[in-house]
Amino acid sequence: MKPATAAAVRREAAIATVALLVAMAAGSALILAIGQSPARVWGALLARTLGDAGGVAQVLFKATPLLFTGLAVAIALRAGLFNIGVEGQLVAGLLACGVVGGALPAATPGLIAVPLCLLAAATAGGALGAATGALRAWRGSHEVIVGILLNAIVGAVVLWLGDAYLFVGESTRTADVVDGARLATIGPAGTALNTAAPLALAAAAAIAWLFARTRTGARWRAVGAAPDAAACAGGGVRRSMLTAMTLSGAIAGLAAAHYVLGYKYCYEDGVGRGAGFLGIAVALLGRGHPGGVVAAALLLGLLSHGGLVVSDLVPKELFDVLTAVIILAVAASTPMVRRRGLAALTRGARRAGLSGVAADGGAP
Amino acid sequence: MTAAGHDPAAAASLITGAVTKRYDGRTVLDAATLQVRAGAIHALVGENGAGKSTLVKIVAGLVRPDAGAIAVAPGQRVGLVPQHGALVPTLTVVENAVLGREPGRAGVLALAPVADALRALGAAHGLAVDPWARAGALSVGEQQRAEIVIALWRGASLLILDEPTAVLAPVEVDGLFAVLRGVAAAGGAVVLVTHKLDEVVAIADDLTVLRAGRVVRHDVGVAGHLDATTIARAMVGGEPPPRATAPPPPAATAAIALAVRGLHVADATGAGVHGVDLALRAGELVGVAGVEGNGQRALVEAIAGLRRPGAGRIELGGVDVTGATVAARLAAGLGHVAEDRHAMGLVLDASIEDNVALGREAELGAGLGGWILGRRARRALADAIVRDLDVRPPDPTLPARALSGGNQQKIVVGRELTRPALRALVAAQPTRGVDLGAQALIHARLRDAAGRGVAVLLVSADLDELLGLCHRVVVLHRGRLVGEVVGDALRADGVRGRLGALMTGAAAAEEAA
Repeated sequence: MKPATAAAVRREAAIATVALLVAMAAGSALILAIGQSPARVWGALLARTLGDAGGVAQVLFKATPLLFTGLAVAIALRAGLFNIGVEGQLVAGLLACGVVGGALPAATPGLIAVPLCLLAAATAGGALGAATGALRAWRGSHEVIVGILLNAIVGAVVLWLGDAYLFVGESTRTADVVDGARLATIGPAGTALNTAAPLALAAAAAIAWLFARTRTGARWRAVGAAPDAAACAGGGVRRSMLTAMTLSGAIAGLAAAHYVLGYKYCYEDGVGRGAGFLGIAVALLGRGHPGGVVAAALLLGLLSHGGLVVSDLVPKELFDVLTAVIILAVAASTPMVRRRGLAALTRGARRAGLSGVAADGGAP
Repeated sequence: MTAAGHDPAAAASLITGAVTKRYDGRTVLDAATLQVRAGAIHALVGENGAGKSTLVKIVAGLVRPDAGAIAVAPGQRVGLVPQHGALVPTLTVVENAVLGREPGRAGVLALAPVADALRALGAAHGLAVDPWARAGALSVGEQQRAEIVIALWRGASLLILDEPTAVLAPVEVDGLFAVLRGVAAAGGAVVLVTHKLDEVVAIADDLTVLRAGRVVRHDVGVAGHLDATTIARAMVGGEPPPRATAPPPPAATAAIALAVRGLHVADATGAGVHGVDLALRAGELVGVAGVEGNGQRALVEAIAGLRRPGAGRIELGGVDVTGATVAARLAAGLGHVAEDRHAMGLVLDASIEDNVALGREAELGAGLGGWILGRRARRALADAIVRDLDVRPPDPTLPARALSGGNQQKIVVGRELTRPALRALVAAQPTRGVDLGAQALIHARLRDAAGRGVAVLLVSADLDELLGLCHRVVVLHRGRLVGEVVGDALRADGVRGRLGALMTGAAAAEEAA
């Protein structure tokens, strides 16, 4: 690995580690306040999640949707955009997936049904992302405001469409998807872990490649890091915003693979709610890198499942608090680690006998 | 010269001390001494990165030294006028003056007395300032005057000015220097941070030269017996590189490579262009002189495709590109060295390699129509630029942020000059804030480019650069081309005076006639 990149990776890892330690300290204080022993709770948490195959499978199950939504947020971040609309894009994807999956002829084979369902999910999420990106690029509307508004609109429209046309009877769910569209469960019996998990990992790998090796990725980064420089270089700033938001929305919609095709086998109102917002946390904790997003999704999956398995000792809400503390700690530790990291970089360069390495990021 | 008569031994020191400052283990100031006498104008010179700005920030109390201290004589107050204005643009001058020390009772501001005081101070020093004008509506020169008056109103007796003349026309510089002499004569002192050596020769009583954080020269009472070459040698620590000269002019029959016809560009700050006609032949090096804020930026950005002109045409190699995108212009043979290399020229966090390939991904691509990045082609280009322009450190994987200003600019110049099918290059302030070595190298490369038939439009605030390098210099004043000096006339005596007069608009009517 190139030295500058290795240093950058170490720096990002340091930020996440600091955040984790801070969160563990805060968590321990809370556990003490409840009157429990931190050692006992942490020990039980690890033993009951990672101690057996079933626990590991549940952690992976919890992590899978977060990986999709985290990747979605990371793609937008790469282009300097904050996709808070992931939540709405996710819901739109779930509904589209459920409706298409339920409407297919019963005998549709998996090789056709699954891609069709996923295409519907990605299209629904991607369309919302594209609308947000286009409004930002051509009309200057801030993507955060648009995203928040679209989240509310999508929530309401989905309920209206569902009640009026799509839901079964008096329920708030669509018809079951055809058998061919169902993803196989993997792992030990009793867990809902399904093939959406490897699909999410493949998506992470593909996005890492897209970031590192393609013109699209290079332009997103230029637009995100230095929009004026990207404009000067003819880098298509508006198009980059549009493509990044479109792909971001599409990936958010793909979380339907997990919820609809792999778990519930239908769209059910309320399922998956919140995973979009948690995706923001995952992307920030993963520092916007696909590899980091995988690690962050696993961590939040661990905390989420862990909260359930130690609920006899502490309330599971404690682990929601911990998730929030981790996010705050990441935000707070970034400048500190960056300063230290840059110092290390300049020290290293000087040791290598190089002159002219500016200390504060180049001469003004 | 009013301050020249001071007896060096008799005058008390208003600032004295020695400081060391390190950033991230790098020594920026190494036991650097500063001694400023009462009544003196003290020039602090040095190359970019020599530590000048850090030293004056320590004097002003904005930066804490790691070792040593700089003492300001009791009863004296330091007022720093930074290089880039520090006024809040949406506030009036008087509101800026009282910022953080608002006078009045029960939260109700009492600004009128302050405004009167500012007006009176300005009048006393020959600095006309309207206290009720919004800072953002003032020209850069007026903003600077306002900052000086505000500093004096706050009781500053020691004025520190960081590169104050960069934004001024020659006449305005003379006016500023008269004010500074007045401040010094009133018992205070002035520290003038600059890299323009003719100004040092013209006004400085005392001189401190910094090189790589150390004081390499300190002279007292030198007014009248200093020369620019001596100072330049001390700054560089050897012979300064020779200035580039203009290449042989292109044949009169050479094709027009870049033309601007009847160009109008609106600008929110009033610095647009209003009817500019300019044609550059292949191989011609044309300079655009002018005080900053007279439409240079609008002209450059309109040519580069970053701003849509209100009227007029831009032609590249005879083809109308007025409506073309930036990418289309670059593909058609335009190069653009942007004025602000940090914001517009580079992605600072990206590597040298990535920056060299910025916007050129398709050309350097490996497959799928250039969609897959061609790592080998990028590396080869980066290596070639690093070698050709002597980029240090010579490691294309380093982030651009880790390079000095001069080396960063070399990356930008290298990227723009190596574009295939380059016909015309627009270079805006390509050597601003760049050390002398890099300056000489960039000048040489611009000259080479013209020599191989590229039309070069050089926009610069540095008259020496324009006079030395160009075949023709045009003057931009309030968005119009008000004059032109061609060929040997650029090397004639009195050309500076003539250009200076054009730059302030004084000679506009005469030249236009």
